[in-house]
Amino acid sequence: MEDVIREKEPLTWGKGIRDGLPICLGYLSVSFAFGMMATQGGMSPWVALLISMSNLTSAGQVAGTALILSGGLYLEIAVTTFVINIRYMLMSLSLSQKIDGAMGTLQRLALSFGVTDEIFAVSMQQKGELGARYLSGLMLTPYLGWSAGTLLGATATGLLPAAVRTALNIAIYGMFLAIIVPPARHSRPVALVIAIAVAMSCLFRWTPGLNRVSTGWVIILCAVAASAFAALRYPVHETEAQA
Amino acid sequence: MTEPRVFISILIMAGVTYLVRMLPLVIFKKKITNRFVRSFLAYVPYAVLAAMTFPGILYSTGSVSSAAFGLLTALVLAYHNKGLLTVALGASAAVFAAQQLLSLAGMQ
Repeated sequence: MEDVIREKEPLTWGKGIRDGLPICLGYLSVSFAFGMMATQGGMSPWVALLISMSNLTSAGQVAGTALILSGGLYLEIAVTTFVINIRYMLMSLSLSQKIDGAMGTLQRLALSFGVTDEIFAVSMQQKGELGARYLSGLMLTPYLGWSAGTLLGATATGLLPAAVRTALNIAIYGMFLAIIVPPARHSRPVALVIAIAVAMSCLFRWTPGLNRVSTGWVIILCAVAASAFAALRYPVHETEAQA
Repeated sequence: MTEPRVFISILIMAGVTYLVRMLPLVIFKKKITNRFVRSFLAYVPYAVLAAMTFPGILYSTGSVSSAAFGLLTALVLAYHNKGLLTVALGASAAVFAAQQLLSLAGMQ
């Protein structure tokens, strides 16, 4: 998103649609991989589509779906979804300072559904206050891409050769790396957070006994420990908190 | 896989996700001032994504060796600030190439 130029172009619905296009393309391939993962686990394509259309998250719904497929408890699903998506609280909070102060509660209720990492990143790069028109456009194209990609991936599972299917399984992880690696280059605390989380996650996976703890709880433990440690040791400045 | 348990689970996921996004936008008009909470929330996405990626990425493909090749490719691309799409597809292409090479070499 670094190359998005701060233009003075009015923030219309059409500009939102256009700004959403690159996100839409990125989501297509990632949700394609999600759709494949869901149906390969025995889920029907329509259920996979329902998950994408009602959740619109990458990491959160991947972890939730994995828990559904492995028979996770409702509480485990709820807590995992909450902890993985807790970052949206900060994004929505930052966004609440950025949107048109006159925006009504109904519009806020509707638009909050579409707060994702990428949509948040693009919104915050715009100049001035954000209106409902721009935001709804910016959310629509990625939403369509996320849904269409899921259905395509879920139904194409049988059509694609096994070698291509297994190769595409890494796509979601590739997207995660594209989100965390660039900030880690410039911020020592972020690099440290990642290192702690990776080390802990590997420890849980490879230590006999500890590897019985389910993935959902492992993510929660790693994220809370690494983030709390870094928050104590490297509290962020006001301006950094939105990065 | 269409039993009620699945739909209740999806409802829980969607409900929790929506509440997390909606509540701050609708309720909080003022900034959070607690520095620890702000810092904690700022670091959470990196920790979550890192814990999800490692070591899971190594088991995401047919073999650990092809996944490792995909991981290396993704790291190099991400390090050079390539976009989400480029990194995701680049890693997949690398895994595909590694699988073909490994099967040619009779290692798989």
